[in-house]
Amino acid sequence: MALLEMKNIVKEFPGVRALDGVSFTLETGEFHSLVGENGAGKSTLMKVLSGVYPTGSYEGEIIINDKPRQFRNIKDSESAGIAIIFQELSLVKELTVGENIFLGKAPSRYGVINWSELYHRTSGLLADLHLPIDPRVPVGSLGIGQQQLVEIAKALSKDARILVLDEPTAALTESEVKTLFAILRKLKTRRVGMIYISHKLNEVFEMSDRITVLRDGKTVGTHNAADMTRENVIAAMVGREVGNIFPKREHEFGQIALEINNLNVYSTDSGEKKIVDNVSFSVRKGEVLGIAGLMGAGRTELLMAIFGAWNGRFSRDVLVEGKHVDIDSPADAIDCGIGFVTEDRKRFGLILEQTILDNITLAGLKKISGSFVTSRSREAIAAQIPMKSLRVKANSPMTITGTLSGGNQQKVVLGKWLLTNPRVLFLDEPTRGIDVGAKQEIYAEINKLAKEGMAIVLVSSELPEVLGLSDRVIVLHEGRLTGEFERSQASPEKVMAAATGNN
Amino acid sequence: MSEINIKKLNKTSLRAYIMIAVLALIWLYFHWATNSIFLTSRNLSNLMTQMSVTAILAVGMLMVIVSGNIDLSVGSVLGFAGGIAAYSLTVMEYSLPVAIVMAIVVGTAIGLFHGLLTAYLNIPAFIVTLGGLLAWRGAVKWLLGGSTIPISNETFNAIGNNNLPYSFGWILAAVAVAFVIGMAIKSASSTKTYGLGEADYKGELLKSIVPIAVIVGFIWVMNSYQGVPIPVLILLAVALFGGFLTTSTTFGRYLYAIGGNADAARLSGIDNKRNVVKVFALLGALAGVASLIFTARVGSAAPDAGTLKELDAIAACVIGGASLVGGRGTIFGACLGALIMASLDNGMSLLNVRDFMQDIIKGSILVAAVGLDMVGRKQG
Repeated sequence: MALLEMKNIVKEFPGVRALDGVSFTLETGEFHSLVGENGAGKSTLMKVLSGVYPTGSYEGEIIINDKPRQFRNIKDSESAGIAIIFQELSLVKELTVGENIFLGKAPSRYGVINWSELYHRTSGLLADLHLPIDPRVPVGSLGIGQQQLVEIAKALSKDARILVLDEPTAALTESEVKTLFAILRKLKTRRVGMIYISHKLNEVFEMSDRITVLRDGKTVGTHNAADMTRENVIAAMVGREVGNIFPKREHEFGQIALEINNLNVYSTDSGEKKIVDNVSFSVRKGEVLGIAGLMGAGRTELLMAIFGAWNGRFSRDVLVEGKHVDIDSPADAIDCGIGFVTEDRKRFGLILEQTILDNITLAGLKKISGSFVTSRSREAIAAQIPMKSLRVKANSPMTITGTLSGGNQQKVVLGKWLLTNPRVLFLDEPTRGIDVGAKQEIYAEINKLAKEGMAIVLVSSELPEVLGLSDRVIVLHEGRLTGEFERSQASPEKVMAAATGNN
Repeated sequence: MSEINIKKLNKTSLRAYIMIAVLALIWLYFHWATNSIFLTSRNLSNLMTQMSVTAILAVGMLMVIVSGNIDLSVGSVLGFAGGIAAYSLTVMEYSLPVAIVMAIVVGTAIGLFHGLLTAYLNIPAFIVTLGGLLAWRGAVKWLLGGSTIPISNETFNAIGNNNLPYSFGWILAAVAVAFVIGMAIKSASSTKTYGLGEADYKGELLKSIVPIAVIVGFIWVMNSYQGVPIPVLILLAVALFGGFLTTSTTFGRYLYAIGGNADAARLSGIDNKRNVVKVFALLGALAGVASLIFTARVGSAAPDAGTLKELDAIAACVIGGASLVGGRGTIFGACLGALIMASLDNGMSLLNVRDFMQDIIKGSILVAAVGLDMVGRKQG
């Protein structure tokens, strides 16, 4: 009898079928890895399981201990013994470790919290996991790795029988990963079933009993880990030659378009902590420069600081086409010919309740429409160009961007920056969470822009993407430049070694 | 382009149509309940004059709300600016133009100050202007020594009480109608100029029939009594200016962007702080303008002048569809909201509804209006 069975799950978003008949089983005490490229549907599947997408918003069945279950929200799935640790930690930084662990279920009488019991029980939980963490310190004061472990303690405090871990090691140091794995092994002996989502195949092979590969919303297969090799898994994940979705470019580079010297970026929390430490680099016209690194390596902060948008302290020397420039604000950067397709389009890129037209003209508004009095007609005409070339699928420019699929939203953000006529374009995670078709269209556009002589700086967490698109790759590890590779020399192994500081 | 326009129209207009229908129902009810007093030219003229102060504040408030902020101090600022005007005229014996400029400059300066505190010191607008609500009320009391200053300058008092000559009203109507027709022709021909389809002169002109009817009807009603009241003229100018700013300038677009998603706006090169300061200064200036009408109407500056006006202005915006989270709302909606509020005031007074009952009814309608809007939005 399986602990958990998910049968023929189908989940659709506007324009994308994120899950297309996925089935998945988990046994008691099993460590089952779920692997696949970004956008393959792993996180979506786990959101279905946890009730983030409530019953009725998807098709298919969830069966736990032979009983069909329907979750309307996270609370329902928690009471069924499911605990999920998402990529983005869901801890409240201002609250203490104990408060976080017992958030929403603090031991209390008549609504008055029994603090001594709360901290006593927290200490017990932490001791049980051999975690040397003070239950009374604010979570925000802990390192990211310890926060992750607190999250796991929180999950266990709910008597979770099914523990889902979504990229738990992305930001952890090696020793923290060891601590985590020791705890997970202990949980196995306590018959907790674990679903492990990770891109790091060595971890997957180290820990897994079984491995399920997802691709484009479908199950490719489930196998015993012992019967699989890394090559098998990668082939199943990719399902195609990695090379062919990245069209080759054959052209000469021009002069240096952007040169950055001695870039230092300091944390917004504490003024002295360096997030980017004395990084210098340059990019030529027509060149695609990839910046690789793990989560938290400082890639986004680096771009933000060059663009004049970093909220904390920073210092650097910027040369655009050989001339020193002062960039104190995004407006300055735009004037210097720098465009910035920011990460997380919903948070940083778009005004979701506004139309495509409103969004796509926003950054270049004064140039497109008029320096004070605007003209909708001029805007509509200007907007047609990127909307056509990027093939934004929408009824009209007056469509509300929030109703578009992720891929089309991303194209609107890209279009917004193309309308500023940039000479240098920053792309931060330009294909995160969008479907394969839209990805290829964006790749093709990047190549076209490079061919036309634009200098492009690409940050992506997807290694194949960085390697496939870049002419040159620089690697950041904890804010420091740890590697630089020409396209011909860059291999996943070398880049990963530099990204983890092991080169 | 014509297809694009229609799409936009349907979305934003549905709400406006519903509001106009609600207003019509309120008017018809009061007309019936007051034995045909409500919809007379005399009462409508009064109604328009009564709404002008709130509506002028609402125009400025709407822009502040669209940018994701709020201003609780406008009632007190209005009182203080009015006090400055009265003090300049009577105590300092400045000339009329100086007094008028002083009131508007003081209003603008206070708005600017609130904006600077909000934008550059990151003090929430709610707190800055809550402080302003108290402090500027105190300032008026101090300025006026706790008593009312009567104003004997007839020209000043005319701002709040006189009307335009009938002929002037008709000239105004002619100019407005010519403008509407001109815009229709321009809109039709620009369709062709920009290669977005054939010019549809007939369709555009048909669309301007309703605005023309409203303009002519409005002037006719006002002229059937004593002519267009000067406060209403000022309101029209302010509303047109506000409508132009919000729909046809980069400043207006930036306000919607900042209120809709401040991070996205900032990363698109918009100077959020600067624009927030500007919008607060603008509301301050409009509070100065409104203070002139308010003071002139009663012919004196009182220490409690303008009390609770900020809430009327906010309510007008919200009834008119503005979102307090920012990013959404129209000048037209805010003015319609102010008209609905003023109609309720006026109608209930005609019906001799007791004072406390009026407050209860107005409060309930405000909450109900937003509640219905929320329900509708969820389903839509």
